Parts: sequence; structure tokens; C-alpha cells
Amino acid sequence: NLQESESENKLDGETASDSESKSEFGGSAPVPTSDDTPEVLNRALSNLSSRWKNWWVRGILTLAMITFFFIIIYLGPMVLMTIVMCVQIKCFHEIITIGYNVYHSYDLPWFRTLSWYFLLCANYFFYGETVTDYFFTLVQREEPLRILSKYHRFISFALYLTGFCMFVLSLVKKHYRLQFYMFGWTHVTLLIVVTQSHLIIHNLFEGMIWFIVPISCVICNDIMAYMFGFFFGRTPLIKLSPKKTWEGFIGGFFATVLFGLLLSYVMSGYRCFTCPVEFNNDTNSFTVDCEPSELFQLQEYNIPLVLQSVVGWQTLRMYPFQIHSIALSTFASLIGPFGGFFASGFKRAFKIKDFANTIPGHGGIMDRFDCQYLMATFVNVYIASFIRGPNPSKLIQQFLTLRPDQQLHIFNTLKAHLVDKGMLGSLEDA
Amino acid sequence: EAELEERLVELDLRNDSDVLDAPPASDSTPEILKPALSGLSARWKNWWIRGILSLAMISGFFLIIYLGSFMLMLLVLSIQVKCYHEIITIGYRVYHSYDLPWFRSLSWYFLLCVNYFFYGETVADYFATFVQRREQLQFLIRYHRFISFALYLAGFCMFVLSLVKKHYRLQFYMFAWTHVTLLITVTQSHLVIQNLFEGMIWFLVPISSVICNDITAYIFGFFFGRTPLIKLSPKKTWEGFIGGFFSTVIFGFVFAYFLAQHQYFVCPVEYNSDTNRFVTECEASELFQMKKYSVPPVLQAVLGWEAVTLYPFQLHSVALSTFASLIGPFGGFFASGFKRAFKIKDFADTIPGHGGIMDRFDCQYLMATFVHVYITSFIRGPNPSKLLKQLLILQPEQQLSVYKTLKSLLVEKGILQPSLRG
Repeated sequence: NLQESESENKLDGETASDSESKSEFGGSAPVPTSDDTPEVLNRALSNLSSRWKNWWVRGILTLAMITFFFIIIYLGPMVLMTIVMCVQIKCFHEIITIGYNVYHSYDLPWFRTLSWYFLLCANYFFYGETVTDYFFTLVQREEPLRILSKYHRFISFALYLTGFCMFVLSLVKKHYRLQFYMFGWTHVTLLIVVTQSHLIIHNLFEGMIWFIVPISCVICNDIMAYMFGFFFGRTPLIKLSPKKTWEGFIGGFFATVLFGLLLSYVMSGYRCFTCPVEFNNDTNSFTVDCEPSELFQLQEYNIPLVLQSVVGWQTLRMYPFQIHSIALSTFASLIGPFGGFFASGFKRAFKIKDFANTIPGHGGIMDRFDCQYLMATFVNVYIASFIRGPNPSKLIQQFLTLRPDQQLHIFNTLKAHLVDKGMLGSLEDA
Repeated sequence: EAELEERLVELDLRNDSDVLDAPPASDSTPEILKPALSGLSARWKNWWIRGILSLAMISGFFLIIYLGSFMLMLLVLSIQVKCYHEIITIGYRVYHSYDLPWFRSLSWYFLLCVNYFFYGETVADYFATFVQRREQLQFLIRYHRFISFALYLAGFCMFVLSLVKKHYRLQFYMFAWTHVTLLITVTQSHLVIQNLFEGMIWFLVPISSVICNDITAYIFGFFFGRTPLIKLSPKKTWEGFIGGFFSTVIFGFVFAYFLAQHQYFVCPVEYNSDTNRFVTECEASELFQMKKYSVPPVLQAVLGWEAVTLYPFQLHSVALSTFASLIGPFGGFFASGFKRAFKIKDFADTIPGHGGIMDRFDCQYLMATFVHVYITSFIRGPNPSKLLKQLLILQPEQQLSVYKTLKSLLVEKGILQPSLRG
């Protein structure tokens, strides 16, 4: 019977409604589906039936969000970082609020303050590590920053400990269990939300293309899977999300891979997307200017004989990055949806329809970003493993902080290694 | 299913008092000791058991120290696995979730993944020479993060696929419980091992300070205890807390003095690929060489000395002992709160008279992280072997350019004589 009611709601979009939601979990019943059409559209759409109205609202908001995405890309890395930060805070807020609702724990002593405090600590720690890496010269110049950077881990740990001790001191006799639950809830949320957002920022610094292509692939997969499912959907994919179908899944996969190839082709031509973001000390701003790396230079590839007859060409000129984009799109289509299933399971477990009501027609920010969770980590791990090795200039900076005898030891080992490999002949003296 | 829902409602209730109490404290005297202690009353019997087990644990500790770093690493690993097991078992009991599909396998699988990740990141650095020689290991090291992430993802997808209709909430609870437990136990144990590699003294002094603080706070509380310290642990008193603080600082100071004299404790642990063993041999660093310090005039009158010769490390030990006495107990309060929240008397019954392994290690949680952060902030700079490892996996052209830059830097600093050819 769940399947029947779900297939009726096919047009209403992603949010899986649990038909058992006439729940006896007093207080945690979902907010009744009010008409949350924004006023401005209400008048325009007042003539349509509610089903189509919902469809239009979703459509318009989707376009609005995509436009917004383009605008902030145009505005540059700094604005992007700020947006990522805001999205992170909003996601954190949404999940914590769900926790409060589930556990009726709004009146627990200090708890809201502590949750925000831990968010601040975690962000301070991560931003400190990022800033130290990427803004190295700026940090070395300014005295207060240098000290903060040198003792960064100690300061972050001390801040965290203060929060921990405050938590222990705030334990109240009848509410131990609730307080521990909320403590656990806060930490798991931080783990998910804050680490992902920082990995996204790392990817961004690698080059805006590493930020835009993955996110676009996930969005494309969402939309394509929905469309293929709408037109051709027949076989259900997983009990957890009854509206997903195998046809949508597979169609979405191929569509996303193609989309990824095309988008990377277009983007690889522009330096502002392919160059690592750097902080220019003289102008005190971010610059994206560089010699494009090999990944972003057109190369001739021989088409395997099998495909030659099909396609009719013997060689193809592509950017190597496009091959990587296939890996990224594949991940976005095959594993990304598991993030969505995880969020669906979570919503069913806690009997909520949406994470929040932030975006009309779509739910909360988390509803839009659920498939992105794993993507950011994957891209980061992918880059670290297959694209770049360690950053040579960063290594030189680290080298400078060692003691002279350690420096000599490393230098000699490197020299022996290079001589071994034949890179260094007997041209160099000790 | 309605019953399960009811139980969940109970569990989530605002007030803890509805939850069933833990089973009554049974008599956990080990068989061997029974005949010897049968004559005593229950209270003294308990005291004797605790005492004997304490001595047994301390002797065991000394034995393992004697056996060396490798045994210590194994010990830390076993303790970590046991702590993890204890906390997960509590989760099962709280949520009656033994029969959730796959859950036990998934919990152990995640433990394996996280350990694999951490061991690859940290221990691999120390075995750099060993690893260089073997091709398969090179591959594992190079793609380590990717492999760890793939393993974790497999577990994540298994979890999503194992979600069963009526048990979503329980499954999510256990998933979160597992992750928080991993965060606590596995990260701490790896930080302990990293501290160990820094030098066994960085492992021994903090752990001993915490144990000393436990024991001396108990003794001071026993003889002089009057003012309660915190509602959470009614048996702790301010007298015990302060007395324990001063005794631990003195103990740390004295203990550090003795340990600092032996290379075995002071030198970073290194893996010797020729003998395939761990060695602790080195030129003692500055921290472990006696220095003269002038006593501040204020104390000169009191002590009567003008200067003292100390190891610089002893000053650091004061910081470590202070942390162990002042902040360490918060770890204990956290564990007490946890036990009260979930209505359990002890984490487990592993050690007679003492409870589970977690009961013994609750104050150590924060200590390991503190020592690690302390070392990285105040003692040593970045790890040279890690830097070397990263240099060696660069592309050859990058290596060459780095080599040239380093050479010019070293020549500039005068560390390297400029070559005759210029």
C-alpha cells in the first residue's frame, strides 16, 4: 500500500512521505503540508490546480537556484567560499533542529549554545589549517597570525576542551540520557557537515572546475534520473525510495556521463576555471592565473578499433580532464544516490517529510545537498590520489621549519635517490 | 512492532527515570581468590580484590614496557578493540538491537576500515625504509586514501541497503553510536601510538600521571575528604582533587627525572630494516640533557638553593601532570554521566572489582590527545620522515626542481658548502 500511495505522489517530487506518518510520536509529527508558495507566485498561479502549482513552484525555484549558482561562480572564489560557509551553517542548523524536535530538548540547559560553540570550534580548526596552507606568506608576515598559526592545534584543542568541560558541568540529573544523545547528535552532524564543506573548499582551491563539475554532475543526475523515471520508469529500484526506478537510474547515469564530458570540454578552455586559486600577496586578492597543466591541454587519443567503425573517426582530440570527468560523473550517478537513500532513511526514521521548509517546493537546504555528501569527499580523495601529488612549494615551506641537521639529512637522502634514478649524474658535487 | 515503538517512545522520553535499571551487582570474585578471601566480609573482600587487581595491572604494565615498543603497540591495539566492543555492546543493550540485520558485522567492519586508514597514515611513515623495498606496499601507500575511502563507502552502502522498514530509527542510532565510538576510541589509540613513537617517555609519563592522580585523589579523599566536588560523582571531594593534583605533579616530576636518564625511554622509536626490529638509540635531544636553572629569588629563600640542575623535560612533565589532574577527571565525569544516563554500573565485567577496560581508561581519553597536541605545538616541528616520504613520491622533474631549490636554500644558510663548480 505504500507503493500505491507513492505512485500517486509521483509528480510531487523527491520528498518520500511515510504513509505511517499519522504517528503517535507526540510532538514530532511532521509539520502539516501548508501551502508554502511564496506570495509573489501565489497570484500568478492561483488559477492552476494544486498539483500543477506545486510542479511550477518546484520548476521556478530550480531555475532560480541554478541562476544563483551561475551568478556566484561569476563573482569568484571568495564569494563561493562564503556561500559554502553559509550553506554549511544552515545544514547544521537544520539537522540540530530536527534533533531538538525529536528529543523535545529545547529547554536543555546550555544546549543550543554548546552546539553552536562546537560548530565554531570545528570551523576554527579547519579554517585555520586551510588558511595556514594556502595563505602561507600572508600568515608569516603578520605577527599575530603567525603565532595563531604556530600554536593552532593547541588553541583549537583548548577551545574544544572548554566546550567539553562545559558539557560535563551542564549535565542535569534527570536529563543525562537526552544530553548525551544531543552531544552525540551534534558531533555526528559536525562530522558530516563541517568536514564535507571544508573538503569542498579544498577542491575549490585546486581549481574551480573541480568544484563546479562534481556539483553539476550530481544536480544533473538528480534531474535526469527524475526525467527518465517520469517518462520510462517501471521497475522500482529500492524499497527505501519507492519513487526511484531502474530506468531512471540507468538513464540518469548515461545522461550524466555525457553531460560531464561536455561541461568539462567547455570549461577546460578557460583559465579562470582550470587554474588553482592563489592568493596574491601584492594585490591582496585571489587570482586564477597560470600555465594550464597537462590535464587541460588538448591531446590526441586513438579511438579503439572497436569504436572506430561506429564513430567513423580515427583519433579524437580531448582534454585529459574529460577522462577524469567520466570517473566523477560515474561516481555521482552510481554512489551519489546512496547519499540520497541515506537521507530518505533518516527522514523516515524520524518521521519527517523534509529537513526544513527553507526552499518552497523543495524542503530544506539539506534536501538539496543530500546527494552531495559523498561527492565532495570522493573528489578530494580522487585529486589527492590520482591528480596531484604533494604540493612541492608546500613541502619546501615545511622543509624550512626543520632543524639544520634534519634538513641536511633530507637533502642527502633526496640526492641519493635522484642519483639512484639517474636523474642526477656526477655533475653535482656534495 | 507496536511494542518496539513503545520502547522507543520510552527511550526518548524527556525523563530518564522510566528506563529499567541495570541488573543487580553480582559477586564477581574470581575463582582463584575465593578460598583466600572467604573469611572476610563483603566490603573488605571488595577492597582486597580491587587492591590485588590494581597491583596485577601495574605489574602487567611494567612487564609490557620491558618487552618493548612492539608489544606496547599490540597492547594499545587490544585495549582499543576491547573498549570499542564494550561501548558497542552497551549500545546493543540500550536499543535491544542484537537482532538488527548485519549490524554487528558492519560495526566490526567500520572498526577495521578506520584502523586500516589510521595505520596506513601514521605507522607507514615510520616503516618508510621497509616499505620502499616492496612493490606491492608502494602501491598500497600511494593510493592509501583512495583505498580506505572505497572500503568505507562499501560499508556505507551496505548500511543503506540493510535498512529495514520497521527499524530505521534503531539502525540510524546504532550507526551514529558506532561512529561516535570510533571517533573516541580509535583516534585516541592512534594518538597514543604516535606519542609512543616520539619516545616511550611520552607514553609512560602521561599514563602514569593519570593513574597516579586516580590513586592519590582516592587516598586523599579517603583520609581527608569532606567537601563534595561535583554532583555527578558524589564520591569525589575537593580535598581529594587538590591533594591529588599536588601529589601527581610531584610524582610526574620525580618519575620524569628517572626515566630521562635512559636512552630506552627517551629516544624516538625507529624501525631498523636491517635487523627487522624496533630500536631506540640516539643522541639524547636537548630536552633530556641536564641544565642549570636559576631558582627565582622568591623560592631561593624557601629552598636554600641558588640553582637547580634539571632535565628540561621535567618542566614539560609539570604541564602534563597538571593536565592529568585538572582536566583528566572531566573524562571520568563524562564516563560517570554516561553510565548514569544509560543506567549501567560499569562498562563491562572484564576486570573483577574494577569493571570494564573503559572504566580504567576513562580519564585517559583526553590525555592522549593533549600530549599529542602538546608535542606538535611545543616540542617538535613537522615530522621529517613524513616530509621525506612526500618528496619521494613527487614526479622526477618536480624532485629535481625541489632538489635545486633546497640546495640553494641550504647554501644560503651556510649549512651546505657551495660546490666548487658553482
